[in-house]
Amino acid sequence: MVFRGFSAAAAGAISLAFAASPAFAVTEIQWWHAMTGPNNDVVVKLANDFNASQSEYKIVPSFKGSYADTLNAGIAAFRAGNAPGIMQVFEVGTATMMAAKGAVKPVFELMKEQGEKFDPQAYLPAITGYYSTSKGEMLSFPFNSSSMVMWVNLDALKAAGIAEPPKTWPEVFADAKKLHATSPTCGFSSSWVTWGFIEQFSAWHNIPIGSKANGLDGFDTVLSFNNPLETKLLENLIELQKDKSYDYSGRTNTGEGRFTSGECPLYMTSSAFYPNVKANAKFSYTAVPMPYFPDVNGAPQNSIIGGASLWVMAGQKPEEYRGIAKFFTFLSDTDRQVYLHEVSGYLPITKAAYEKTKESGFYDKNPILEVPLKELTNKTPTENSRGLRFGGMVQMRDVWSEEIEAALAGKKSAKEALDAAVSRGNQMLRQFERTAAK
Amino acid sequence: MENRAIFSGKLLAFLLVAPQLAVSLIFFYWPAAQAVWQSFLVQDAFGLSTEFVWFENYVELLKTPEYYHAVGVTFLFSTLVVVFSLAIGLLLAVMANRNIRGVQIYRTFLIIPYAVAPAVASVLFIFMFQPGLGMFARALQRWGIDWNPVLNGTHAMTLVIIVAVWNQISYNFLFFLAGLQSIPKSVIEAAAIDGARPMRRFWTIVFPLLSPTTFFLIVVNITYAFFNTLGIIDTATGGGPNGATQTLVYKVFQDGKVGSDLGGSAAQSVILMVIVVILTAVQFRYVEKKVHY
Repeated sequence: MVFRGFSAAAAGAISLAFAASPAFAVTEIQWWHAMTGPNNDVVVKLANDFNASQSEYKIVPSFKGSYADTLNAGIAAFRAGNAPGIMQVFEVGTATMMAAKGAVKPVFELMKEQGEKFDPQAYLPAITGYYSTSKGEMLSFPFNSSSMVMWVNLDALKAAGIAEPPKTWPEVFADAKKLHATSPTCGFSSSWVTWGFIEQFSAWHNIPIGSKANGLDGFDTVLSFNNPLETKLLENLIELQKDKSYDYSGRTNTGEGRFTSGECPLYMTSSAFYPNVKANAKFSYTAVPMPYFPDVNGAPQNSIIGGASLWVMAGQKPEEYRGIAKFFTFLSDTDRQVYLHEVSGYLPITKAAYEKTKESGFYDKNPILEVPLKELTNKTPTENSRGLRFGGMVQMRDVWSEEIEAALAGKKSAKEALDAAVSRGNQMLRQFERTAAK
Repeated sequence: MENRAIFSGKLLAFLLVAPQLAVSLIFFYWPAAQAVWQSFLVQDAFGLSTEFVWFENYVELLKTPEYYHAVGVTFLFSTLVVVFSLAIGLLLAVMANRNIRGVQIYRTFLIIPYAVAPAVASVLFIFMFQPGLGMFARALQRWGIDWNPVLNGTHAMTLVIIVAVWNQISYNFLFFLAGLQSIPKSVIEAAAIDGARPMRRFWTIVFPLLSPTTFFLIVVNITYAFFNTLGIIDTATGGGPNGATQTLVYKVFQDGKVGSDLGGSAAQSVILMVIVVILTAVQFRYVEKKVHY
């Protein structure tokens, strides 16, 4: 009985599936992504909306695990000759993808070939710059972007007698020490340690992380962030770590709960932390731009993004490419960008969408969402602040983190740790250059 | 006679072992050969460019101080995990082997942790030991221990060892319990009549008679500590801080999957394979001599 019922159901399902497919062939496009929870809903909704808007193409999103898992799944699929049409890759995987000539199809090329209206000037340069060649040709399509901000527990600041959130690093250091009295286990902390203290810090102060415009101009880039300013930052952090005025919270964002629980009143992490704070913080809070050293000429410059972009894989059928190009045009639509921005907290990628959101008065009610945009558009990006493109960046972040951990644990001086981070990183860059050059 | 004409003795024997041979060839020798081949190559992530470099991956690897550090970490980690998981498993088995009320319930509960996936176990312990949030971490802090596994290497190592041991105790418990129950009661009773106290009985009779089980478990546990703890380390510490919990197998995973350096990663796994083969050979050659079957 059970089996008969099952086979009847299966037969029904199969006939339904056939009935559902229309007479003409629908081109299916696989979209592999790494979005969970509410962000996954956004991905599904986008695909559904696009599929409903026309009948020739069907975007099929599938979740492939973490960012690293998704990238690895894509690499494995490519090696097996079965790559998806669209693949979401996090920002630090950009160099890996870009070096894989023959495995990816640059977005600017795709749009040109398919004759889709595509004006690179319409996009926010601080966002697309990260995913473009130095000539401004867009290689991948920005999807979810955020930047780093400093989250502030206003109640805790008040209790410690601090009038307003700190703007500069010296103020942060001084406030962290004051907060020590009321928050003994953590005055100030941060997530994504290398993204904040090396990558963002360098861009924000307009100093290079490495040569060749931080690697955007070529894989023969050499790291150089073991400079006096970076050393000064790390020395201060080491000093504060001793009594936990600053307390390290790990390499990724697993420590973010320390802000929402009220343990760490000052916390630097992604602007994408917003929905979490909104849901969990039981105190009055705000987000402010990242601190800077006021004695550095021209600081603050502009921040850089984090997040992920959509890469088009090579070897797809012509009709699949046409569908992907149409999907990207669909995504760039101003109203859709405005909607995505307001719903998900991701940054809008077009200038028009940003302007429209601004005019609608959305930021008056949600000023926190404009903080990362103000940071990103603070000044016209320079070659130090357009982004970075280092081969093997995923693992490089681990290597840099290891050295920062050694310094914060008191095993190395700031300068020693940074020197080691640079020399180990350079070794990895040479290894990458060797395989990428051919 | 007729039978011999159809099946020569050798053919039948070969056919009978063929399935097992096929499994070994496909799932062990073939991947192992692939690893050896890959370790001679320098290749990009997508396999678009490949260069044959002989032993360069090995030479580069043996030049990095981090590799030797990982060797040290692995031996420390494995030794502690094996010793603690065996000792605790044995202790619990001896306790549960007595005639007490509700012994079946105790036994079942002691076996359950083995059903928990390493990564899940890891996440549970991360919650409990998260500084500032976890209950154990807060208890430790109240006792004046500045518990901080994200920055303190010793604390991070302690954390992964606790998770790895906890995850393996049930397995050891199960085998020890079965071993204990197969020891004839009459031998122990005879010793008791002769006046041997429980401790004496355990060390002179039970423990030697348990040695085949113990030996088997040592081999299995070393393999476990070397290879199967990858998930625990990945979720609990990510090899950090500053490489304090980066074992050899975790480094293989890091360099291969995160760093996309397949050649270097393959070279490491070949070396790891050799180490484990040697370790197992040593165990069978020397330790097994002390085993009473």
